[in-house]
Amino acid sequence: MISQLLEILVALILAPLLMGWINAWRAWLQNKSAPSLLQPYRTLHKLFHKESVVAETAMPLFRIAPYLVFGCMALACGIVPTLSTDLPMAPAADAIALVGVFALARVFSALAAMDIGTSFGTMGARREMMIGFLAEPALLMVLFTASLITRSTSLASIVHTLASQKFVIYPSLLFSGAAFLLVLLAENARVPVDNPTTHLELTMIHEALILEYSGRHLALIEWAVALKLFAYTCIGAALFFPWGLAQANAPEALLLALPVLVVKLAAAGVVLAMIETVNAKMRIFRVPEFLATAFLLAVIALLVHVLLGA
Amino acid sequence: MEAFALVLAIPLFGALLLALWGHRNFAPELNAAVSFSTFLASAWLTEGIISDGPLLIWNDLFFIDPLNVFLVALTAFVGFTTSLFSRPYMRIERDHGKMTPNRMRLYHSMYQLFNCMMLVALTSNNVGVLWVAMEAATLTTVLLVSVYRTAASLEAAWKYFILCGVGIAQALLGTILLYLAAERAIGGGDGALLWTHLATAKAQLDPDILSIAFVFLLLGYGTKVGLVPVHNWLPDAHAEGPTPISAVLSGLLLNVALYAVLRCKVLADGALQNGLPGKMMIAFGLLSVVASAFFLSRQKDVKRMFAYSSIEHMGLMTFAFGLGGPIANFAGLLHMTVHSLIKSAIFFAVGHATQQAKTQLMEGIRGLIKVSPTVGWGLMLGALAILGMPPFGVFASEFLILTTAMRDLPWATPFLLLALGVAFAAIFARVQSMVFGETEAKPLKHPPALLPVFVHLGLGLMLGLYIPPYLVNWYQEAARMIGG
Amino acid sequence: MHLLLSQSINLFAAMLLIVVFAMISQRRILRVIHLFTVQGATLVASTIVVGYLTGQHHLYYSAAVTLIVKVILIPVLLHRVIDRLNVRWDVETLINIPTTMLIGIVLVVFAFNLALPIAKLSLSIARGTLGIALACFLLSFMMMISRAKAVPQVIGFLSMENSLFFAAAAATNGMPMIVELGIAFDVLAGILILGVFMFQIREQFDSLDIRHLEKLKED
Repeated sequence: MISQLLEILVALILAPLLMGWINAWRAWLQNKSAPSLLQPYRTLHKLFHKESVVAETAMPLFRIAPYLVFGCMALACGIVPTLSTDLPMAPAADAIALVGVFALARVFSALAAMDIGTSFGTMGARREMMIGFLAEPALLMVLFTASLITRSTSLASIVHTLASQKFVIYPSLLFSGAAFLLVLLAENARVPVDNPTTHLELTMIHEALILEYSGRHLALIEWAVALKLFAYTCIGAALFFPWGLAQANAPEALLLALPVLVVKLAAAGVVLAMIETVNAKMRIFRVPEFLATAFLLAVIALLVHVLLGA
Repeated sequence: MEAFALVLAIPLFGALLLALWGHRNFAPELNAAVSFSTFLASAWLTEGIISDGPLLIWNDLFFIDPLNVFLVALTAFVGFTTSLFSRPYMRIERDHGKMTPNRMRLYHSMYQLFNCMMLVALTSNNVGVLWVAMEAATLTTVLLVSVYRTAASLEAAWKYFILCGVGIAQALLGTILLYLAAERAIGGGDGALLWTHLATAKAQLDPDILSIAFVFLLLGYGTKVGLVPVHNWLPDAHAEGPTPISAVLSGLLLNVALYAVLRCKVLADGALQNGLPGKMMIAFGLLSVVASAFFLSRQKDVKRMFAYSSIEHMGLMTFAFGLGGPIANFAGLLHMTVHSLIKSAIFFAVGHATQQAKTQLMEGIRGLIKVSPTVGWGLMLGALAILGMPPFGVFASEFLILTTAMRDLPWATPFLLLALGVAFAAIFARVQSMVFGETEAKPLKHPPALLPVFVHLGLGLMLGLYIPPYLVNWYQEAARMIGG
Repeated sequence: MHLLLSQSINLFAAMLLIVVFAMISQRRILRVIHLFTVQGATLVASTIVVGYLTGQHHLYYSAAVTLIVKVILIPVLLHRVIDRLNVRWDVETLINIPTTMLIGIVLVVFAFNLALPIAKLSLSIARGTLGIALACFLLSFMMMISRAKAVPQVIGFLSMENSLFFAAAAATNGMPMIVELGIAFDVLAGILILGVFMFQIREQFDSLDIRHLEKLKED
């Protein structure tokens, strides 16, 4: 139990830092002066102390949604084996449940965005659902490939099996990794699918979704966004670089796993910042093709595994 | 041995020679001389085989047995007569401005290389080399089909290359699978693709692999045979290339492709023991006969029409070999021979007819018998012969095929008869109106070479009335080898 | 080391599959040529690995032939052709990539089922990859018939040939040398001829679009 709670705690603390780290690197790569690494914490702090304004037409759903989304993301961070593979809730919450948790958060944020009735909210909800509709199968395929290799759908035991066996080249995991990267970019509203820093009205996806939120609601959503990115990065790190996680619940193993996690996240952050720097945002009509590529890669990975047994 | 070396070396040397001098004024004669020497060498080789029996030489890389020796002789013979026909024909084309000196050089050189590649394909003992030679023969004919550089000929050549490329790739896959089976049965290395080795060990080849391999081989080489539904390249290539090339395509290349199929069938039959290869060939053959007869009746271009007639006859042969057994195989081989002779004779006559009328459309060709009676009679007799009128050889072989079909596969005979009837009506009506009727066309500047036409027709007639005993022996022995 | 090498054959096979899929969905002619070069290089690498692992040294020669013909000569030729024809930056409009991809996936499954009984009987260490080789063959075939421009169509043809070489290396430890040399020679000669054709087609039709080549139809 302790490990799972610790994981959530670490996620809550580190997630904004990961955001700050990526933003700082992006600025450096683009020859700009970088904001402080702690900027996301300050933003959260500021937002929590502001009054939150809610539209008159808003239903209770609108108020509940941020808490639900935040809860879902925190839960997801608890399911993903970030520090340890010895998670007590692992048998109940497997990879498919994880995808379900993400979908639940997506549905509620889309409903909340439509609830107000502004055109931007509806547009954002529609685009968000389109991306989700295309990205989820690809994500599932990626997870299935890993499940087939390790004969388990529980993330913890997948990672445990992958990390403890002798080193084997898995072409299927290579392609799954590529597919997962594409899904990660799309799901977390990063360039080239969406630009998290813009409020350019016609091209935005995620920002349109949360346009009506303010104050603590917005803070919760921003935090949830950071948590989502954290969770995805950790899934990637766990599936494709499964080394360095604590196998047992011993405190010293957990302590050792923490720096490893930080190193992996830092590296992932740099890679993400680089991808965002060298790519331009694509037209929204090209997004289905982008995600179809991800799906195709994932399916090929699955086929390669079935065909070659590798 | 020496004779065999000459059979391959003369056309190869001729190709080099003509690559240098192919544009000179004497090039057509040189071309004919080279082909004639090849024919003499092949006659010598044949004589040697008759007296000394089968030959296996050069590390077993080449072999001559009853099945391929008569095809070698036939190929060299038709190659020679076509070169005689091409002599005035290409001169006229040059005078019409269709051929530049460079194109003449390319044409002559590729003609010899094409002959050489067909002879290599026929005599190669290595199934892989057979494939390589088939592909090389395809490449040379692609160049020959496109030699006029018109839009239509380029299109035909491109289609030819792409479709046959796809087909030949399938044959390569089949060859690889065959090698895989051979590797298991008789061990890897160079020997595993030698047909003679494969044939002795054919019962040990794995039936699963061989059945898949044969599907690919039949589809692949079948593309080159022109079997429906992979025949699309054939009418275009026949219609848009120079007529001598149409003659050798129909008369020789299709035979060589069918020969490749037969070699593969022997192996597949030996491994499978269930007659599946034969059934597949029957299906393809029957489909080709029926479909091409109906396509044929809708053609307006005379060369296209006879190209479809070639598909029909190749289908008939495939059907006969699919039936198998001594009589059907005998009939198939006989049909192969007479079809080569008569179809090339028809193309010779058609070539001069189209040059006279300056069009390939049948409605523009009239009154051949008035302008040059020999061309008219040649076309008329050729058409009658190819349609299976007695006493020509085609009648004998078709009669044998039909009676065997009636015995072994009664349901197929009505389809065959129907197709033959449709083809008869279509071709006969068209040819009649081309041969008779009024015209203002003028005679050709160079006297047409009609000796080949009548020699071919004469041989076709002879085979219908009397087959020399040594030829009967060969056919019987070859038919036994094909088995089934 | 040995183990990793034999696993790398699977990796190369998978890469070939991905490259073929990438070729099918690639719109730019230049990138298709690049992908073809990558495919050739992957083929060379896998042939060398199979040769090393099985001790079949003639596979090294086969790899050398592939390297010279398919990684160096043919790409150089193709680059020259697209430069001279000025189609280096041409973009082909491909309709409905997702549908093509779905058909492609079906083809992969079909190829695998076809290869299953054969692969069981193969003696090669790379027999598992035969299904992939067949899949690449069928996918290249699809590329060839679905493309409208001359250069991608030709590359589809070459890719088919590459897949067959891989199948030969995977299923049988390579064909006899004389056959491989002959095939390589044929392919090279074929490309030279097609290259010349492209210029002539362009001269005749002012375009390299194969859709112009549909005049000869049954009527």
